[in-house]
Amino acid sequence: MGLLKKLKRGKIEGVDNTTYLTLKDERRISKENNKIIKMYEKEKNRKHVPEEEYLTQMRDPSNVVEFDNLHTYFYTDVGTVKSVNGVSFDIPQGKIVGVVGESGCGKSVTSLSLMQLVQGPTGQIVDGSIRYQDKEGKCYEITKMPKDKMLKIRGKDIAMIFQEPMTSLNPVFKIGDQMDEVVLLHTEGATPESAKARSIEMLNLVGIAAVEKIYNSYPHELSGGMRQRVMIAMALSCNPRLIIADEPTTALDVTIQAQILELLREVKEKINGSIMLITHDLGVIAEMVDFVVVMYAGRIIEKGTVQEIFHNPKHPYTIGLMKSRPGSHNITEDRLYSIKGQVPNPINMPNHCYFYNRCDKAMDICSREYPAMIRFSPTHFAACHLYNEDGSDKSEEEKERR
Amino acid sequence: MWKYLLKRIALAILILVGVSVLIYMLTMLMPADYIDNQTSAALQSGAMTKEDVQRLKELYGLADKSFTGIIKSYTSWLKSTVTGDLGHSFVYGKPVTDVLSEYIWISFMIAFISYILQIIIGIPMGIKASVNQYSAYDYSVSVFAMMGASLPSFFLSALLMNVLAIKLGLFPLQGLTTATKIFAQNAHFQIFLDKAWHLVLPISVLTLLGVGGTMKYTRTNMLEVLNSDYIRTARAKGLSEKVVTYKHAFRNTMIPLVTSLSGMLPSLFGGAMITETVFAIPGIGYMALRATTQGDIPFIMGYNMFLAILTVLGMLISDIMYMVVDPRVKLS
Repeated sequence: MGLLKKLKRGKIEGVDNTTYLTLKDERRISKENNKIIKMYEKEKNRKHVPEEEYLTQMRDPSNVVEFDNLHTYFYTDVGTVKSVNGVSFDIPQGKIVGVVGESGCGKSVTSLSLMQLVQGPTGQIVDGSIRYQDKEGKCYEITKMPKDKMLKIRGKDIAMIFQEPMTSLNPVFKIGDQMDEVVLLHTEGATPESAKARSIEMLNLVGIAAVEKIYNSYPHELSGGMRQRVMIAMALSCNPRLIIADEPTTALDVTIQAQILELLREVKEKINGSIMLITHDLGVIAEMVDFVVVMYAGRIIEKGTVQEIFHNPKHPYTIGLMKSRPGSHNITEDRLYSIKGQVPNPINMPNHCYFYNRCDKAMDICSREYPAMIRFSPTHFAACHLYNEDGSDKSEEEKERR
Repeated sequence: MWKYLLKRIALAILILVGVSVLIYMLTMLMPADYIDNQTSAALQSGAMTKEDVQRLKELYGLADKSFTGIIKSYTSWLKSTVTGDLGHSFVYGKPVTDVLSEYIWISFMIAFISYILQIIIGIPMGIKASVNQYSAYDYSVSVFAMMGASLPSFFLSALLMNVLAIKLGLFPLQGLTTATKIFAQNAHFQIFLDKAWHLVLPISVLTLLGVGGTMKYTRTNMLEVLNSDYIRTARAKGLSEKVVTYKHAFRNTMIPLVTSLSGMLPSLFGGAMITETVFAIPGIGYMALRATTQGDIPFIMGYNMFLAILTVLGMLISDIMYMVVDPRVKLS
């Protein structure tokens, strides 16, 4: 039995500690997971949900989407991964909101939650709400929406552009067929001819030259930049109110990156929509967005307008991010600044500030409780013990006391 | 494309010559040949002398077992084969081509029907299992598939024969026709029904053995496709789960599926040696096994060359199908 235990032990590797699961633990986890997953799946698969259940009111009618205390967990074999752990922010109409953070901090899962595309059955939205307002001003609670109703929003009102243009298009269908599909699906009374006309119009809009030729090509015949343009054209074809761009330029080379970003900004103006831009490139953020949301280990640690975040960062993590970006202001240093350490183990998150073990300004209290969101201006918030509730700096006070 | 085909055909001819040399050598080197098999009893009882046997061997062309002798008889076999004459079967006393064309069709019927059944049962099962991964359905279907794939055919045949034919008496035990029944000359439909009734068990055996593999193959490929980025894109477009699974995912799963299944097509003519023998069905597999045990060199050669051609053809078909179903593949 002892030997069996050794063979079966699941390993959880954290930064500061590595723990092993016993067979008993594993059985307990899988039992609990099954129970929880069954509960959520049952709720999700309900048919004929009355509309009142998922109609709601926006906090601010000028927003397209409001995330409110969103929790998205993954029930894995080694424990619960709290990918998104209480995220709240708004996407105003006609604005670009940038979401930054390291890989695995929950940026993509936040956007997938909005699309109801979190990979089930392990991934589940556990708590919180996502409110979406459509063109007629009707508000929907995305987390409670039945699947069939969500199909009418997905791709039509909220469209998504993915990170990997090389693999995001179906290799066995022609570009034209894949584009027409969206138009035919979401436009009432669309015919194959009208769908083709619309697709070609969109391909023109995103600056593709030989449109007819591209329309009849397979994805593998196009370059990465071309494919990303096709993805953008596809996302635009139903005049979405919100485009989620999940690291749209990460896989492209630098010259193409600039073109794609320029294109995104142009089309945003044309369709008067909003963009949720997920990236870990601060240069892109500075260039493109109106509001910035900084995420760390599934939580928002700072949010504000782009000026506030870039000129007056509050959270030590954000400050570190700003320092670690290559640019003309820190050209004298021979090496770029890097934040020491790694993101903590996503399973069994500590009950204190998640940035505690990497923070160079860490204090006693940081290891005891998670800091509350502190308001610095109507738009600028950060979660850090360095500041008092009114936004003043604790360390300054101490200096004065001395 | 044509250049590619020509190249492949030239390669195929080379392969076939190599195969024929190997098989010819091996059969010639078998310790007891056809004449030894036939005459051993007479030799023992003294009805024949060793000289008689030697004369017979010379008559059949089996006397000279030295290397040059084998080469000589091989070249003469090759010469007549090139002209389309596979020689006379020792055991059946007929030209090999006649035996092949006579018994091939019943084998093909059995194999083809079970092939179709495998496809229409295995593929939908595989798709459903992959869509509901780790569900009770997935587990039970996988266990069933593994059981089917790992049972030896003679064991499964014996099991079904014992239960369904002997104990329950639902189906006939062996053979292709009921020997005790006498049919009118023009009762074609009744004869057909009688044969079909006899073929139920062998077809079920072959289907049960094959369906697990098809199902597993579909499931594995489907799972891989379902996790790919373009499926996420398809979902993000707002397509229903049905369209995502059966149009976007299955069209990609079809690439490996179609190529492997179409490659199997020619081998359907090859016959199922063990199953046919267990059920005593006069198909090509059954005939081949009989000929092989008795050292019938012309038939062994003819049958094995036929199998080799089918295999080469299968590979060629699956290569061509690759190009048909996958737009990324260009043969050149």
